[in-house]
Amino acid sequence: MDTLVSKYANSASSASFDDADNLGQNMAGWDAASQFALPAFDIPMVANPVDFLRAHTDASAENRIRIQHGTTTLAFKFQGGIIVAVDSRASGGSYIGTVSLSISFTTSQTVKKVIEINPYLLGTMAGGAADCQYWERELGRRCRLYELRNKERISVAAASKILSNMVYDYKGMGLSMGTMITGWDKSGPQLFYVDSDGTRMRGERFSVGSGSTFAYGVLDTGYDFNLSIPDALELGRRAIYHATHRDAYSGGSVNVFHVKETGWVFHGNFDVNDLHWEYQAQPKGPIV
Amino acid sequence: MFSTYPGQVVVDHPVKVPIEHRFDPYVDNGGTLLSIAGEDFCVVAADTRLSEGYSINSRYVPKSVKLSDKTVISMGGCYADCLTLTKKIQQSMEWYHHAHGKTMSTAAVAQMLSIMLYQKRFFPFYSWCILGGLDEEGKGAVYTYDPVGSYERESCRCAGSASSLIQPFLDNQIGFKNQASQKKTLSLDQVLRITKDSFTSATERDIYTGDYLELFVITSKGVEVQKMDLKKD
Repeated sequence: MDTLVSKYANSASSASFDDADNLGQNMAGWDAASQFALPAFDIPMVANPVDFLRAHTDASAENRIRIQHGTTTLAFKFQGGIIVAVDSRASGGSYIGTVSLSISFTTSQTVKKVIEINPYLLGTMAGGAADCQYWERELGRRCRLYELRNKERISVAAASKILSNMVYDYKGMGLSMGTMITGWDKSGPQLFYVDSDGTRMRGERFSVGSGSTFAYGVLDTGYDFNLSIPDALELGRRAIYHATHRDAYSGGSVNVFHVKETGWVFHGNFDVNDLHWEYQAQPKGPIV
Repeated sequence: MFSTYPGQVVVDHPVKVPIEHRFDPYVDNGGTLLSIAGEDFCVVAADTRLSEGYSINSRYVPKSVKLSDKTVISMGGCYADCLTLTKKIQQSMEWYHHAHGKTMSTAAVAQMLSIMLYQKRFFPFYSWCILGGLDEEGKGAVYTYDPVGSYERESCRCAGSASSLIQPFLDNQIGFKNQASQKKTLSLDQVLRITKDSFTSATERDIYTGDYLELFVITSKGVEVQKMDLKKD
């Protein structure tokens, strides 16, 4: 009898591998301790959960789950700290909804692709929007716990490694995240590239996303370590603008941030249409 | 071996054809939802048709649920997933109330919903959610989600089967996109008129939208529900 009961105790949809869920699973009521537990995810009870997810997010799926994608983001070090600039469009087969709509549709033109982890740390968002938002929020929580335990701020190297290790645990399961973690710690301005494949690189200059090649073209042409702060902000803005102009999956507006010793500063949101006419009106200099 | 009628071909071994085992738990029940935030109010609207393919299963199944005096959730997609998710939100809000002695703010519900959706990252809820309400300052707030929990606060949003028909109209009438000189804030009356027009028009062209329109108007006085007829064809 017991074997019969246990055979039918788990329905295909409700069982999870780990019962210590953070929210909504604890039938006894609110448990503060569970709020500090590691995140646990529901897994479909099928032979191959990865295939299940792939089948339902694939372009040919009958009821497709569309996850937001498409981006241009960049960040670079210079004498005044770090500039971070991003576009704000979510699109590219990302339109959540209409079953038979096969064309790409812009989901949003106002996405916040710079994630403010804490007053000293910024993360950028490329790839799956939910993956970036969730894991960088989780990173923020862990950085705060580190601060409380050690009475000092976490280094950018350590923070980026926490993120890298967290997503590496889920490698091959379909996470999509390409991010730059920037901040200012004891050893000065720091810039790391972290992605969901497990790559983690320190660097001077990165651009990530579908429009990154266009942004690199402008960025590498105009880059100089000794750039003044206004010139550096302008370079970041211009590089993203050119990427939005040539990459259909990028657009909307440009958000610019400056990372300084005292923390990050937001330097405005610029509609790319306004930028287009502003740049068109400027006299063109010699190419070489 | 026996045959039930003369000439019947009897196969005395099982037919060997590959049997496909696929776990296909999702269905799209259609429908459209729309939410617009004003200066000190928020409107959450949705049609009430529940369809499956070319059949209409019901003409009145509300997609929006009042969560508190300041918050309303609206969901579309797979109705079964939407019901489960709504139930989970309501349960967590009740526990929050018992634990902290206060009602969850709209911003807190918004963050919680994002985590709930991401909890199912590898087995997603087939649902698109729009959360409407008033923030801590009493200003209108609309939070929109993708099925795995990425979220954003916006001023207006349409989701569901007629979203590609309505969203561009909202960008023009609410966001005043590409009309630099036009920007202004809209009154509740204007927002209600735009909302009703959106749905009557979408009903003409989208087969999954129709029957009734249910509007939730959230102000500092609480939540008021209005109903309006849509075409039932």
